[in-house]
Amino acid sequence: MDRRTSDGRTRRGATGLALFSLGLGSAQVGAPGAVAQLVGADDSPTSRLVTRWACGVRELAAGLGVGSSSAPGPWLWARVAGDVVDLALLGTVAARHPARRTRTLAAAAAVLGVAAADVATARRATGGGLRSDELSVQAAITVNRPVGEVFDYWHDLTNLPRFMAHLEDVTLLGSDRSRWTAKAPAGVEVTWEAEITAHTAEELIAWRSVEGSAVATTGRVRFQPAPGDRGTEVHVAIEYRPPAGRLGSTVAKMFGESPDQQIHDDLRRFKQVLETGEVVLSDGSPEGTTASRQLRQRPAQPLSPSS
Amino acid sequence: MRANCWTGRNSVEVLDVPDPRILNSRDAIVKVTSTAICGSDLHLYDGYVPTMRKGDILGHEFMGEVVETGSGVPNLSVGDRVVVPFPIACGACNACERGLTSVCENSNPNAGIAEKFMGHSPCGIFGYSHMLGGYAGGQAEYVRVPFADIGPLKITSDIPDEKVLFLSDILPTGYMGAEMCDISPGDVVAVWGAGPVGQFAIAGARLLGAERVIAIDRFPERLDMAASKAGATDVVNYAETPVLEALQELTGGRGPDACIDAVGLEGHAASALYAYDRVKQAARLETERPTALREAILACRSGGVVSVIGVYGGLMDKFPIGAFMNRSLILRTGQAHVHRYMEPLLARIEQGDLDPSFVITHRMALDEAPQGYEMFKNKQDECIKVVLTP
Repeated sequence: MDRRTSDGRTRRGATGLALFSLGLGSAQVGAPGAVAQLVGADDSPTSRLVTRWACGVRELAAGLGVGSSSAPGPWLWARVAGDVVDLALLGTVAARHPARRTRTLAAAAAVLGVAAADVATARRATGGGLRSDELSVQAAITVNRPVGEVFDYWHDLTNLPRFMAHLEDVTLLGSDRSRWTAKAPAGVEVTWEAEITAHTAEELIAWRSVEGSAVATTGRVRFQPAPGDRGTEVHVAIEYRPPAGRLGSTVAKMFGESPDQQIHDDLRRFKQVLETGEVVLSDGSPEGTTASRQLRQRPAQPLSPSS
Repeated sequence: MRANCWTGRNSVEVLDVPDPRILNSRDAIVKVTSTAICGSDLHLYDGYVPTMRKGDILGHEFMGEVVETGSGVPNLSVGDRVVVPFPIACGACNACERGLTSVCENSNPNAGIAEKFMGHSPCGIFGYSHMLGGYAGGQAEYVRVPFADIGPLKITSDIPDEKVLFLSDILPTGYMGAEMCDISPGDVVAVWGAGPVGQFAIAGARLLGAERVIAIDRFPERLDMAASKAGATDVVNYAETPVLEALQELTGGRGPDACIDAVGLEGHAASALYAYDRVKQAARLETERPTALREAILACRSGGVVSVIGVYGGLMDKFPIGAFMNRSLILRTGQAHVHRYMEPLLARIEQGDLDPSFVITHRMALDEAPQGYEMFKNKQDECIKVVLTP
């Protein structure tokens, strides 16, 4: 399966910075004397202490935070603050050891370079977000059923809410038109009308929301036989442009923090329905299509009879 | 009902929880008559498997009596006696069609979490973290069994529970470990770990025709069992003897034709590298202590098979890739595809070729599960396998 999103660049940048932090932090904690000498300071007990604790541990914490957080923005800004601390420390070193200024200046230049990357990534991670950005997700899955059957199931758009987490209902209005109702947090419902824009039997279905809809969306799903009787490959691409204002933010929330994960999970349920007959449920997420459950699992215990 | 729940690191408690219900049409509810603590449950107990939640019901080795079936389970009736395979598998996806039920593509509703750790998701497993499905386990009075139309093995004779219970996991796991060795006449197989899975790997290697089977462990009672019950021809106590030297000696310098790692992520060894793993694992910078796997790769004869059935969770350090690559070794591994082994191994048991109950050292009530875990973890009272009765 593959997936791509418009915020992929932010995530790749954050991952790179996280790995950089972990690498540098490990060196500072593991060999503080060597690092201190490299930037022009003395290998003294004090410089080791500062390098290990003020720099190394901080880098490790930032690396873990940026790398593991689904919303790395605050961690990235913490890295920017750390860069300022590093520059101040290098300033002290340069003042104390003018003879080794070349080394210190080289280190400062490196810090400035990293700081620029930190600021750019942090701004991308915290700025705008889903509200102003168009959301674009792609995913693919292979379903072990003949292409005709897989196509037919999707082609009946009323089936979509069975496996797509955010959809409450799709009603056919005739002549390729349909009304889509989605559930957003806090019981808000969002409705839009869509029309089929392309349709090739057993190959392609494409749709878009009609002019003036609350949500501007286009989508297409491509079907092709997988090689060697492995069933059918399903490739989906969906774009949403949420409107401005409060409704826009509600629509953005509907897709949660990771819209790519959501479409991916939708496809997985599509596969479950076609291959096993229904969406597979477990005690940790007995509601099935509630995507947020994946992150906020209940204990693996049976539900109480009243719930 | 009463159920043994994970309540934190080194902590399980038998609690009152709601009874399970049918959630999918292909579910059955089974009243558990026997359940066991698996070595891999200790990895959960010790806190090495991520995505556990307080209150999760543990247990993936169990059998019992069907008390309810969904509309999609025509093969089972109320009152049927069944052994349930630990991998939850749909029977319809590409993996299941190829017999690879432990990598079923549909049975893990939380595949998205597993994919972040492993690239792709394996199957869902009873009582084995949310990353592997968030399914309630079988160390309980009752358990919901998904895909009951293809999973549970019906036991129609009156053979006692203890002889067939281990068809749920450790017998097929050990047997698959031996099967992956592609044993041919004259082969010598070395098995790291003489716990219950190791015992069955030894027994499996003998059933499949190995000339000699060498058991490696540090507990004399386990090595005794390997030699007297499982069929090991030689034993090596690694606390007393350097393993690589002993294996060279036992194989005329060739090295074993196949090496089975039945230890997994919590290995022990008396070496500096072990101290390194221990520190990194404690700091959560490495998830494994892969002492057995490293040693197996170094010991194996060139061109031989290293078969890994011990459970690993994430990332290991210092994988001896040079030895592995330059000496044409073959690494084969996997959680057991239990479904495909149940019937043939049941036939072996019924014919009297094998009585898996020899590994049982302790029988306890379900309510005593916390003591059972502690005893098994610390190998107190020569504990090798604990069976619990609800």
